[in-house]
Amino acid sequence: MLNRKFVPILVTFGLLAAMFAAGSFRYTGFFSAQVLYNLLIDNSFLIITAVGMTFVIISGGIDLSVGSVIALTTMLSASLVEQQGWSPGVVIPLVLIIGALFGTVMGAIIHYFKIQPFIVTLAGMFLARGICYIISINTITVTNSFFTKVAQTKISLPGGSFISINVIIALAVVLAAIFLAHYTRFGRNVYAIGGSEQSALLMGLPVARTKILVYTFSGFCSALAGVVFTFYMLSGYGLHAMGLELDTIAAVVIGGTLLTGGVGYVAGTFIGVLIQGVIQTIISFEGTLSSWWTKIVIGLLLFVFILFQRLLSDRRVTLKS
Amino acid sequence: MRGKLYQHYLFWPLVVLGTLLLFNLIYSPDFFSIVVRQGNLYGSLIDILNFGAPLILVSIGMTLVIATGGIDLSVGSIVAISGAMACLSISKGTDQNSLLLVLGAVGASIVLSIILGVWNGVLVTVTRIQPIIATLILMVAGRGIAQLITSGQIITVSNSNYEYIGAGSLAALPFSIFIVAAVLLIASLLTRRTALGLFIESVGSNSNASRLAGLRSKTVILTVYIFCGLCAGIAGLILSSNVSSADGNNAGLWYELDAILAVVIGGTSLNGGRFYLMGTVVGALIIQTLTTTIYMIGVPPEITLVVKAFVVLAVCLIQSESFRKTLMTRWKKRNYPAEQEVTRHA
Repeated sequence: MLNRKFVPILVTFGLLAAMFAAGSFRYTGFFSAQVLYNLLIDNSFLIITAVGMTFVIISGGIDLSVGSVIALTTMLSASLVEQQGWSPGVVIPLVLIIGALFGTVMGAIIHYFKIQPFIVTLAGMFLARGICYIISINTITVTNSFFTKVAQTKISLPGGSFISINVIIALAVVLAAIFLAHYTRFGRNVYAIGGSEQSALLMGLPVARTKILVYTFSGFCSALAGVVFTFYMLSGYGLHAMGLELDTIAAVVIGGTLLTGGVGYVAGTFIGVLIQGVIQTIISFEGTLSSWWTKIVIGLLLFVFILFQRLLSDRRVTLKS
Repeated sequence: MRGKLYQHYLFWPLVVLGTLLLFNLIYSPDFFSIVVRQGNLYGSLIDILNFGAPLILVSIGMTLVIATGGIDLSVGSIVAISGAMACLSISKGTDQNSLLLVLGAVGASIVLSIILGVWNGVLVTVTRIQPIIATLILMVAGRGIAQLITSGQIITVSNSNYEYIGAGSLAALPFSIFIVAAVLLIASLLTRRTALGLFIESVGSNSNASRLAGLRSKTVILTVYIFCGLCAGIAGLILSSNVSSADGNNAGLWYELDAILAVVIGGTSLNGGRFYLMGTVVGALIIQTLTTTIYMIGVPPEITLVVKAFVVLAVCLIQSESFRKTLMTRWKKRNYPAEQEVTRHA
């Protein structure tokens, strides 16, 4: 009756609902539309990054450079707009292209020289952070009217609650990514390569192009997340988004994507990010719990989900044989 | 054999280290000077050894893990946890300067880091989770645990016995160098004078085949993760005792990446199956010398990251077979176009 491939995503969704319900019963003021929208507002950059990461992980790779690319994007946009006086209309497309190119180069090195994605993207992570510090080691505050206007715009929703423009961008990215993953050739190729690169190659699928495009897409998503992050923080800083790559990977895994590749859903990733957001919200509502509990709880959740996936994939193997 | 010198696995790492040192010598001639002050030796070279000690330790453990085809991302967190645990135990003690208190604290830290190593090892062997992911769990949660132990504060201790581990000196040299030498000696004796090294390499090349050949693959893998945890734990003690404090947030930050880099520079392949302990030590020294050099010539220390990025990439490209093949075919095409033609038609 119920398709088994949707089990991980349903478990994730159940967990989100249970956590939200628990929060609503425990704290007054938790159960409101605005708390839910705040989850989206505060995590929009994480959603965008995680969408890119989902594609990379489904293809069987990993991208450690996402946090640094976000930092680099904030730094580039802030310094070009504030110090060089460029127009945001030029800067934003430019940083998006730079992010995508960054991904393309990493993807090409990974594919053509057969170096592990882990190491190549690690080098990318060092490089992007390093370039941030070369631009400046201090925070650059963004006062440009376009950026501040986007940052302060509130879109009112019925019931007196509101969302920001960032949320719209994030939701658009999620929808586009779902379309890309399930209704295009590129999406099918990504799943095929993640399932077995050898088979994909023998089937005549464009492995090289797809793999490089996956990293390009991830680089683009990180750069877009960086633009959104600039709207959110209104500053450029080399220490922005420190350790974000781990949060992103954790969100993707909690969302039910198999780290061995070939299995996963963009929608699951979206829920995975929201789960992390709910944990943080609960901890801030609790008041007495300190921020490090977030890390411990996310670590535990990672553990539980990975074990759960392990059991699922084991059963699949025994069913096959 | 003289013509094969450049094929020795230590050749390229030593050339890089030598070039770095030579650059320093030219840039500042008193780089190599070592002075005796209050019976102890001081100088840039001693500093490199002293500050590089924790990294060398962590890298030794990482080498063995990578040799089995795994990876351990949690070492940075274990460094933080171990330092936090030791400082907490000491700060709770009544008599601050008693030796027994320090021994107890060091013991507690080491036991804790062994337990963390067991956790990683069990996840990899029993539940068969990919090593990157299995150790990612502790990497994320471990930072939280370290902050939990220190309650998010920086714990400072003033205990001369504890300080001795990271800042004391023995026979005019920093004591930490002796710890590193001891661990290195034990590790190389165990792996090169007993069959253990062979077991590790065999499991790294093909863990299934090794099991079928009668090797306890799982025990071997579990052992290396425990050893890696232990090394990281000792490194954490050195690091925290050197500054007499524990910082759950920043201690050992990025250590996992530096350690992996040191191992890769040392010639150990990330695919497992071969390992070079001495290469790793040279690799760690290269990283430490690079950092020292960058500080010395007055370039903003943040540039280290950019330099590191290019070093990682260059080393990996040299190790990559397809990259070498591309280069070789280019080279051959230029020199022997006819031969190229023959192989194509053969």
